Amino acid sequence: MKRPLHTVSLGQILRAGGLGLAIGCTAVAQAQAQAPAPAQAQIASGPATVVHRAVNRAVKATLDYHLQARSLAPGVWVVEGANDDFSVDNGCNIINTGFIATGAGVVVVNTGPSRRYGEQLRALIARTVSEPIVQVLHLNLHPDYFFGDQAFADRPRSGTADTLAGIAREGKAYEDNLYRACGDWMKGTETLLPNVTVAPGPMKIGTREFELIEWKGHTASDLVLIDRTSGVMFAGGLVFADRIPTTPHADVAQWLASLDALAARKPALVVPSHGSVDRGVVGIEQTRRYLRWLDASFTEAAQGGLEMNDVLRQPVPAEFRAWAAFKTEYGRNVAHLYPRYEQRALSR
Amino acid sequence: MRFSKRLTVLSILAGLSIGSASVLAAPPDPYQGDPYKSLAWVSMKNEYIGAKSKWQFDDRVAVKGPTYADDPLNVPITVSVNGLADVQEILVLVDRNPIRRVLSYEPLVAQPAVSFRFKLEQASAVRALARTKDGVWHVGGTWVESAGGGCTVSGASRKDGSWAQTLGQVSGKLFENAATDVPGQSPGQAPGGATSARLRLRVMHPMDTGLVSGVPAFYIKKLSVLDGAGAELLRMATYEPVSENPVFSFDFKGARKGPFTIVGMDNNGNRISSRIP
Repeated sequence: MKRPLHTVSLGQILRAGGLGLAIGCTAVAQAQAQAPAPAQAQIASGPATVVHRAVNRAVKATLDYHLQARSLAPGVWVVEGANDDFSVDNGCNIINTGFIATGAGVVVVNTGPSRRYGEQLRALIARTVSEPIVQVLHLNLHPDYFFGDQAFADRPRSGTADTLAGIAREGKAYEDNLYRACGDWMKGTETLLPNVTVAPGPMKIGTREFELIEWKGHTASDLVLIDRTSGVMFAGGLVFADRIPTTPHADVAQWLASLDALAARKPALVVPSHGSVDRGVVGIEQTRRYLRWLDASFTEAAQGGLEMNDVLRQPVPAEFRAWAAFKTEYGRNVAHLYPRYEQRALSR
Repeated sequence: MRFSKRLTVLSILAGLSIGSASVLAAPPDPYQGDPYKSLAWVSMKNEYIGAKSKWQFDDRVAVKGPTYADDPLNVPITVSVNGLADVQEILVLVDRNPIRRVLSYEPLVAQPAVSFRFKLEQASAVRALARTKDGVWHVGGTWVESAGGGCTVSGASRKDGSWAQTLGQVSGKLFENAATDVPGQSPGQAPGGATSARLRLRVMHPMDTGLVSGVPAFYIKKLSVLDGAGAELLRMATYEPVSENPVFSFDFKGARKGPFTIVGMDNNGNRISSRIP
């Protein structure tokens, strides 16, 4: 076929860019009714005692997330979300956010899935720390990292250049997705673009010395925040604990390389993107194990000529099936990633 | 004499139908037994196979898809017919799509099994209608949930304009024993040589539905696979809902060797002609 006869002007193609069939969500998660996540205590590997479980405290009737600040070290708090998939029942609060007092103001790490979450987070911070907020940091472009930003409109809101570009590009589709998945919890939420670009490297605020490291693989830019004073690592989207990783922007090989580098730093306390902080360190190994299995099984399937429907139904190790959101997330992993393995196998 | 005989037969038939109606006293089923209770089913069937065609729901026509359309632009469907002889055609229809006909597959010498991906507008039943030599359509289906519209992601090659550089290119490969529906055989693990072969193809084409403002329908209409000697092995008519850069799988019984020639044409007259070694 040497001479394409199709006559579409450049203008037509450009106009078509944002339209499609008005379908086709390749971004994060749609809502699906599903059973509550299994209790994490059932997971066999990892420490014998599970101190804390990330549970759902959201109350739909009052649209109150009942956020709680959990102290990880002096001046360092995490606000754990439910270890689950987005749902109306959990208010789509499945993310771990956090905040750190520096003596010169509070650094907020991620702002949650909705305007309402942002407002409740800001109120929680005000109840917990007497310092003002000096900076909001977004560890990647995904919606539950920045949809609370409207509550921090008067503060500097930062992320890497790639993350800022990603939020500008995907924000509208994320709004559609989360309104559909979370319903009333989203009322009044819209994308407020972060307004400060951060570069990786050391960052000193007040008495705190931070290190910002930009890795990639979960997304094109996965920022990790290390508080050198306490040793706490906010690992962002690179680490999932007792939960199937999400992959809408994933590159498995890059992700695994990033996890190698992250693990080499031997962090003592890891805040995963999803799942309990008590399982954060274990989560590094879990995420690696899962991605390695995914890579090997998708490679084998594609080289054996398997169809996507075969891969959706292939046996998955019991360990992974027990993790939160398995029922919905594995199918998304297949939808996001298997076509690439297929293309490799079909290319001459 | 002749007349009266015919009248007698007619009156018996009339009596029977009145009798059964009065005994059952139930209103006619608007779904005509459709397990998915889709009001679109009957009119869609009538439109594509004709109101007078013989048909039946039939479990031997298996349609596999995801429970949920995680990527509504690429919903994978696998159709396979087991235990029905002489399948001449498999027609795939989607009740609640704005364009309902997805493809029509004639297996010729291939197995009555085909896999592909398509664009789903909203949650819907997905039907495969397999026509046997006697003209009867055997209907199987599955239900695919979807969040429906709202996401504004167009095909990647439309977005970046790369479709014009790759239009009509074909890649593909023959796999031994990949078919999962061969009884007693797990994929890729048949002992003692190939008992089945699967040809997988990817054809580069934007497959525009015509439902995007300013972009006319532009899609592959016909695709055939020929063997090395030029004999046609299978044939397909494809329509707008088939996904961008479609990937198809076809299964053959027994071992099979390349090369294959892939020929086809889109609705603008562009020809596809490619060789798979």
